[in-house]
Amino acid sequence: MSRIHVTTTINGDPVEYLCDPEETLLDVLRDRLGLTGSKEGCGTGDCGACSVTMNGRLVCSCLVLGAEAEGAQIATIEGMAKGETLHPLQRKFIEHAALQCGICTPGILVAAKSLLERNPDPTEEEARYWLAGNLCRCTGYDKIIRAVMDAAAEMREAS
Amino acid sequence: MNAEFDPSVGTAVGRSTPKLENREKVTGRAEYIDDLYRPNMLHAAILGSPFAHARILSYDVSEALAAPGVVGVITGDDVPAGRMGAFIKDEHALAKGKVLYLGEPVAAVAAETLEQARAAVNLIRVEYLELPAVLSPEAGLAPDAPILHEALADYIKVFDAGSTGNLCSRTELTEGDVDAAWAGCAVIVEGEFTTQAQAHVAMEPCGALAEMDAQGRVTLWSANQSVFRVQANVCESLQLPMSRLRSLTPRVGGGFGNKMEAHIQPLTVALAMKTGRPVKCVLTREEDFEIVRARHPFRIRMKTGADAEGRLIARECEVLLDCGAFADDSPGVMGYALLMSGGPYRIPNQRATGKLVYTNKLRFGAYRGFGNPQVSFASEQQIDEIARKLSLDPIEMRRRNLLQPGDGWFVGPKVASNGLSACLDAVEKASAWGRKPDAKPGTRRAKGIALSAHISGLLGTGAIVRMLEDGTISLNTGATDIGQGSDTALAQICAETLKVPVEMVSVASPDTDGSPYNWGTTASRVTYTTGRAVAGAAGEVLRQAMGHAAEMLDVPVEDLELREGGRIAIRGSNTDLPFAAISGRAHWAKGGPIVGSHTLVFDEPTHDPKRAIALGLPFPRIGVFSFAATVVDVEIDEVTGQARVTEAWSAVDVGRAINPRLVDVQIEGGFIQGMGFALYEEMVWDGPKLANPSLLDYKVPTSADSPHVHSIIVEDPEPSGPFGAKGAGEIGLNPVPAAIANAVGAALGGVSHDLPLTAERLLPRIIEAEHAA
Ligand code: FES
Ligand code: FES
Repeated sequence: MSRIHVTTTINGDPVEYLCDPEETLLDVLRDRLGLTGSKEGCGTGDCGACSVTMNGRLVCSCLVLGAEAEGAQIATIEGMAKGETLHPLQRKFIEHAALQCGICTPGILVAAKSLLERNPDPTEEEARYWLAGNLCRCTGYDKIIRAVMDAAAEMREAS
Repeated sequence: MNAEFDPSVGTAVGRSTPKLENREKVTGRAEYIDDLYRPNMLHAAILGSPFAHARILSYDVSEALAAPGVVGVITGDDVPAGRMGAFIKDEHALAKGKVLYLGEPVAAVAAETLEQARAAVNLIRVEYLELPAVLSPEAGLAPDAPILHEALADYIKVFDAGSTGNLCSRTELTEGDVDAAWAGCAVIVEGEFTTQAQAHVAMEPCGALAEMDAQGRVTLWSANQSVFRVQANVCESLQLPMSRLRSLTPRVGGGFGNKMEAHIQPLTVALAMKTGRPVKCVLTREEDFEIVRARHPFRIRMKTGADAEGRLIARECEVLLDCGAFADDSPGVMGYALLMSGGPYRIPNQRATGKLVYTNKLRFGAYRGFGNPQVSFASEQQIDEIARKLSLDPIEMRRRNLLQPGDGWFVGPKVASNGLSACLDAVEKASAWGRKPDAKPGTRRAKGIALSAHISGLLGTGAIVRMLEDGTISLNTGATDIGQGSDTALAQICAETLKVPVEMVSVASPDTDGSPYNWGTTASRVTYTTGRAVAGAAGEVLRQAMGHAAEMLDVPVEDLELREGGRIAIRGSNTDLPFAAISGRAHWAKGGPIVGSHTLVFDEPTHDPKRAIALGLPFPRIGVFSFAATVVDVEIDEVTGQARVTEAWSAVDVGRAINPRLVDVQIEGGFIQGMGFALYEEMVWDGPKLANPSLLDYKVPTSADSPHVHSIIVEDPEPSGPFGAKGAGEIGLNPVPAAIANAVGAALGGVSHDLPLTAERLLPRIIEAEHAA
């Protein structure tokens, strides 16, 4: 089977790769590009650990083919901090102890950022429903929701 | 939620210092097992058994070996006859001679790519002779049942298990005279309860990476809760000297008991030794459900009697546990469940007996709570049942029976610190217990309460603290931080002892080559036992540093004091020495580098023979006790029968919260995992096959299903604990199913006999309650 040549943009940087036709975007990110921040919790679209955005839309990268990234804008956890400066969501997650083992954290941060881009002032209920596709087995979610609400408030003030 | 977050002053004990490794976790840079690569590394795939019980007659691996990219194949013929196991050594590195459950690893392939390994696994031919399967403990005890472990009598056992046939172990505990006591009871309640298998669903599936060097020594990274248990299990099953295996851990993506004993480390090591190349094996989510381990299904018969004032007089508990195919931690789970079956109450007459039976299912094993949530589900409902019969408020009923400070535990363990009563007061107040919640039209709603106790302790632990040349500190304990934050809490204990900022303490990653022994991150034990070792080792460093300072300042040690910032000063004067000067002297001039170490093993006996009789007790020395009280507000939809927790309050006596915010997350996370167990999580088998091994079909709580959990920390210092601390890891889960069942009982009447409390189970009770009204 011949490989497919893909030209795309990841976290603002132009990227080119060859991938197999059946290879997922998650495998491309992790195995070909060394971007291991996106995690595989299931490989079937049920846990959200592999969340990235593609052209601004939140997707499970385990359900997207690497070939589909052609010409797209992909954003992953690796692009969230600007240099040494953490994104407000990242800071608030640390401050509120909204992570334990941390394996769900990259996916949840990407999903929360996507929520706040579309709705800068979500209710707690909206935040809980938006993040319902991102499973966390450690924290019990309370502190995650609090961190998201707090980051949203800070970002509204700053803008 | 008492200590305020302030990173600028967060140095030591009692502060909510953010976890040390948080920055790498929020930026995606933390490395877990699946993120590790080695040069020339191969990928592995596993062939699972298609039968629940069968003899293996032959293998043909020729086609698989010839497949593209394949470098090596192992079957049961390639692994030695060694057997591993925490209590009963009954398990090979992979199936040998027989398979004992559907999905059990039978062979494994290492290939250049994962796809090639997965394709080749299907080319392995295995000839089986299928045997009748045992699919329940009851069937396993039948006189003509097929026997799983024919050589059971010859297996090494670390306690008096009483194994025979398919009976893996039995335990019997007795105190007082239960049979005579019933006559003195004004109220007696009795019932049968069943609980289901719960999957751990750590968000990271299990995995391992092994590599053999030119000398034949193996380095093994894996997702684990104990590098030392990994080393012991691999070496026992593969018959290697322990000095030939180095066990390490990357970051671990959650562990709730599933990563404590071996999973696929032995077969990964066997593949690396066979191929001579590094091999990584990471389970798919489906395999993680099917071949690791799960929470035991329990069948419980319980009987409880009280006098007319509601004072408990007698309790009898009989349990039957599904062990699965291998003993694993099961004897411990059963023994512990029996020990906890009376709950945190004074009951003068108690008998608890249990049988653990091998079946052709995946092994059941350790799972947060370790048998305690199951017996609490029965016990706490019977407390409510008696209260109802005597028209007592459930809280008042409990107050009349609380284990009091100074009381011992069932069979004899000493209980030093006991903040149970304060926990009960705290949730009563916080939840406004006396105020009945308003039910929306079309719903029933009520509050429920449950109490729990749990131990922290067990077995051996050590710590090494070194003062580096510049006076900063290196801490090495061998305890795996599985995300709960033990690295941070232990660094805080070390920093507090030496009065240095926490940033001055580095924490070494567990490594069997360099770390002192640590039994594991389990039994809610790290803060308590390892914390003791850390305080001891840091204390030794301080003693040595004081000795140097006394010589350097030419004063007696008694005239010196330790000051904030890591300085040793002459009392009442401004003359002091920083650690850097002291350590410099030790390294370059006199005395030698400063290294402190401390090891201990928990050695207080579980059983007091003057007080009770105990047969087949798997833990002769157990631990110190933490306490908890939980109140839930539950709403049930009258049309669908669906129950939902709207709010929860959980107070836990942790002795002393080393890091309050990390304790909160233990309470909250434990609550939600317990809520999933109570309401919907269930592994379902279709004959021998697990029917729902996916996150689509096995539902765990999401943020949308989870209520706000008010965590309340109660501190009744434990005299033997580091700065008074005791465990917090499991206890938050224990009372949850019972509290929810009690709320359901208050809303609908009656007792919940079977978990989970699904809509299908609750709807008939709503209809019945309506008819009765
Ligand atoms: S790995 Fe993609 S949703 Fe779970
Ligand atoms: S922090 Fe472990 S799964 Fe979320």
